[in-house]
Amino acid sequence: MEARNLTFRILRYNPETPDVKPYLQDFQLVEEPGMTLFIVLNKLREEQDPSLRFDFVCRASICGSCGMLINGKPNLACKTLTKTLPDVTTLMPLPVFKLLGDLSVDTGVWFRDVSLRTEAWIHTDEVFQPDVPEGKMDNELAQKIYEAERCIECGCCIGGCATANIKPNFIGAAGVNRVARFMMDPRDKRTEQEYFEVVGSEDGVFGCVGLMACDDNCPVGIPLRSQLAYVRRQMALAGWHMSRNKK
Amino acid sequence: MSEYPLSVTDVLIIGAGLAGERAAIEAASQGLNVTILSLVPPRRSHSSAAQGGMQAALGNTAMGRGDSPDIHFADTVKGSDWGCDQDVARMFVEMAPVAVREAAHWGVPWTRVSTEKRIYDGEEIHEDPEKVGLITARNFGGTAKWRTCYTADGTGHALLYTTDSMVLKLGVTVHDRVEALSLIHDGERCYGAVARCLRTGNLRAYAARTTVIATGGYGRLYGVSTNAVINEGTGMAIALETGKVPLGNMEAVQFHPTGLVPSGILITEGARGDGGHLLDKNGYRFMPDYEPKKKELASRDVVSRRMIQHMRRGYGVDSPYGQHLWLDIRHLGAKHIETNLREIASICRKFRGIDPVHELIPVRPTQHYSMGGVRVNKYGQAYGLQNLFALGEAACWDLHGFNRLGGNSLAETIVSGKIVGEQIAEYTKDVSLDIRSTLIDRHVQDQADRIQKLRDRRDGTEDVFRLRHEMEEILREHVFVFRSAEPLAEAVRQLHALHERTSDIRLRGRGLGADPELSAALRLPGMVKLAYCIAKGALARTESRGSHFREDFPKRDDENWLKRTLAYWSSERNEPVLDYEPVVITESPPGDRGYGEATSGPASKK
Ligand SMILES: Cc1cc2nc3c(=O)[nH]c(=O)nc-3n(C[C@H](O)[C@H](O)[C@H](O)COP(=O)(O)OP(=O)(O)OC[C@H]3O[C@@H](n4cnc5c(N)ncnc54)[C@H](O)[C@@H]3O)c2cc1C
Ligand code: SF4
Ligand code: SF4
Ligand code: FES
Repeated sequence: MEARNLTFRILRYNPETPDVKPYLQDFQLVEEPGMTLFIVLNKLREEQDPSLRFDFVCRASICGSCGMLINGKPNLACKTLTKTLPDVTTLMPLPVFKLLGDLSVDTGVWFRDVSLRTEAWIHTDEVFQPDVPEGKMDNELAQKIYEAERCIECGCCIGGCATANIKPNFIGAAGVNRVARFMMDPRDKRTEQEYFEVVGSEDGVFGCVGLMACDDNCPVGIPLRSQLAYVRRQMALAGWHMSRNKK
Repeated sequence: MSEYPLSVTDVLIIGAGLAGERAAIEAASQGLNVTILSLVPPRRSHSSAAQGGMQAALGNTAMGRGDSPDIHFADTVKGSDWGCDQDVARMFVEMAPVAVREAAHWGVPWTRVSTEKRIYDGEEIHEDPEKVGLITARNFGGTAKWRTCYTADGTGHALLYTTDSMVLKLGVTVHDRVEALSLIHDGERCYGAVARCLRTGNLRAYAARTTVIATGGYGRLYGVSTNAVINEGTGMAIALETGKVPLGNMEAVQFHPTGLVPSGILITEGARGDGGHLLDKNGYRFMPDYEPKKKELASRDVVSRRMIQHMRRGYGVDSPYGQHLWLDIRHLGAKHIETNLREIASICRKFRGIDPVHELIPVRPTQHYSMGGVRVNKYGQAYGLQNLFALGEAACWDLHGFNRLGGNSLAETIVSGKIVGEQIAEYTKDVSLDIRSTLIDRHVQDQADRIQKLRDRRDGTEDVFRLRHEMEEILREHVFVFRSAEPLAEAVRQLHALHERTSDIRLRGRGLGADPELSAALRLPGMVKLAYCIAKGALARTESRGSHFREDFPKRDDENWLKRTLAYWSSERNEPVLDYEPVVITESPPGDRGYGEATSGPASKK
């Protein structure tokens, strides 16, 4: 079969020249077997434009660095095979996050902020005892916590979320999922009220309009739909209303 | 001197992987002011990619019954081919169970012992009902007991997220997208680092009472590696460039037989363990010819060697990405592949668009782990400069000697983070913060000059990406799984020339701000220096030990080589200088590993 000629229409923006408005630039490349967007972007940088900015770390869909809009849909670039793409592909940075240049955005800062606001760590007064065996935990529970913990903070759910695109403080499905992870964990001694202070607001589940773009876009397959429902259910059981939060 | 931002901190940790973050927690909990630098947000560090697990002798499972730090110690020393420091290995094995439990206390969802029915080797495993709910373990190569603790298929991810949550909780300062370019020192003491912001390209200085290198491995020197693309060894390089700090055992490089082509993503041993075959370009299963007994299931280093041998004989498959062989698991059947080998199937589909139920998987031996690194004593203090520490994969502590066992590296990060972190905290309390601003100015100016020179050099002839590919090619061609005098000498010659050529780099772009081409050009000379240390150390070591295999000296030679290589690079020279020191033997005299072909015996020329 004849190798395809691929066109990549890439958003260009250089913070060094802020007066130049972001624009789309076309690059051409011949497709090779097993080619991914990781290979494509590195080739473009090495052979055509050494100033091209983008982020990869693991290149194995584990670290969450390479989320971007691929023909308008948020996904991980490293696991995207060119053979699944048309002859012309548009690459854009994820919205919502701060743009650092071309396809590179500051997802790390965004997620760190949400982790701080949701205090995403185990809260306990218990002091670690080095000489005592670990506390027991049912394996099924451990697996359930891990299912929520698998989020790689790629930002794909956030980039595709209508609410996150208009509300700067919305913690998004990934943020709610993180809170749910700690709610499930018996090692975290926070009361339900303490969790709800964070998620039971317009910046949390009450901001969500429930169209589930997040669930469709998660490349890891975190069950965001059921995590949102779980938190909502817990709040209903506890009789939580946003008004109580608003004082 | 132009203006630059200066941060002052008690402890400066360069690297936010598991090792750096775990040490930060220790220092911060003792009331010290800690700042961490990282190329990327901490949770994206390479530590998150480890899937298998970490070793700790908890002995909770039926298959781990009777396990103890003593047995873990014996496995580790044997695995190292007696190349490790045994006092370090002893501290490590005693602390590992504590470190795992502590991680559980902080929130790691370790997989637990359950009574769910499991069959292994045809036998049903019966867990002790008393132990249900405790941390479980799985089997890993080179261990006498099942000792590898894990969290489903995401051990590194779960550990790193939990560790990072403690860093957040303690309010440790983290500066991400910042790259350390050099250490500030006066030839005797280290005072911090000069760094470059990867958002703006601006230089900054960090002044610290103690400085810690926790920058991970250097897999990317080989171009194709199972490592993340940020594992470029720059932390080791800036230590080497002080001219005072040596790197230990740089020639000790671990290779994995089955990296996916072209990306190098790891295809785990499970594929061969479950009966997968290696085939050549004619579809011929060659391993039984080389290893009639163990076939594909010989140890990692042995299989890697045979694969290369076979490709050298002309049986490799040509591809746009170079030669490779095939891994065939088709005969295991769809059902087995979709359940027991699900991870592999998903990697093949995602990254190559290959369905391993019907198609062959392209694989070849791939760089996997760097045993060598910044040489430190058992407290984690670097040789050569005061107030400097190192730990994790960036360091040569030296727990792994010439071969690290699977699961011992994640364990090293959090165990050494705990042990060395405590040393750092104690030590720092006694260090005064007497840094001369002229010294800082001079070190920042040096980096500013380097950058300006790169931008101004319009008559240069070398392209940074091309030079980099040449370096990768030299290592893969001559300093790979098989080594011998001729190719190694050739590598040393070529790397010497390559190093000189790095001073002739000309940028194609303008190199302004956080330009990626400029970043690459700033890193390359240090990377070439590391490559040079690897090649020169391998040429000098006329024996085979662990992963270092010399075809011309196929035996381990304890009489002459029971010692560690130290590589120095003094500023007056344009090549590394090698020195040696004995390894610490306390409990276990050198013996037979019981696997691999390079066992003990007098060195013999073939
Ligand atoms: C595919 C794969 C699977 C593995 N699986 C296992 C396993 O199952 N069990 C096991 O025990 N081991 C495993 N390992 C090995 C283990 O994961 C690593 O050795 C370990 O995680 C290294 O941790 P670290 O903290 O030393 O470094 P890293 O996690 O690599 O962190 C390095 C940090 O340094 C920063 N950095 C680097 N250079 C600079 C600089 N110049 N300036 C500022 N910051 C810098 C980076 O941003 C990063 O934050 C695996 C390795 C690979 C490649
Ligand atoms: S369901 Fe809620 S969180 Fe998900 S995309 Fe829609 S608004 Fe965003
Ligand atoms: S929930 Fe899924 S899509 Fe959202 S950040 Fe996490 S991994 Fe990415
Ligand atoms: S580079 Fe890590 S997820 Fe794509």
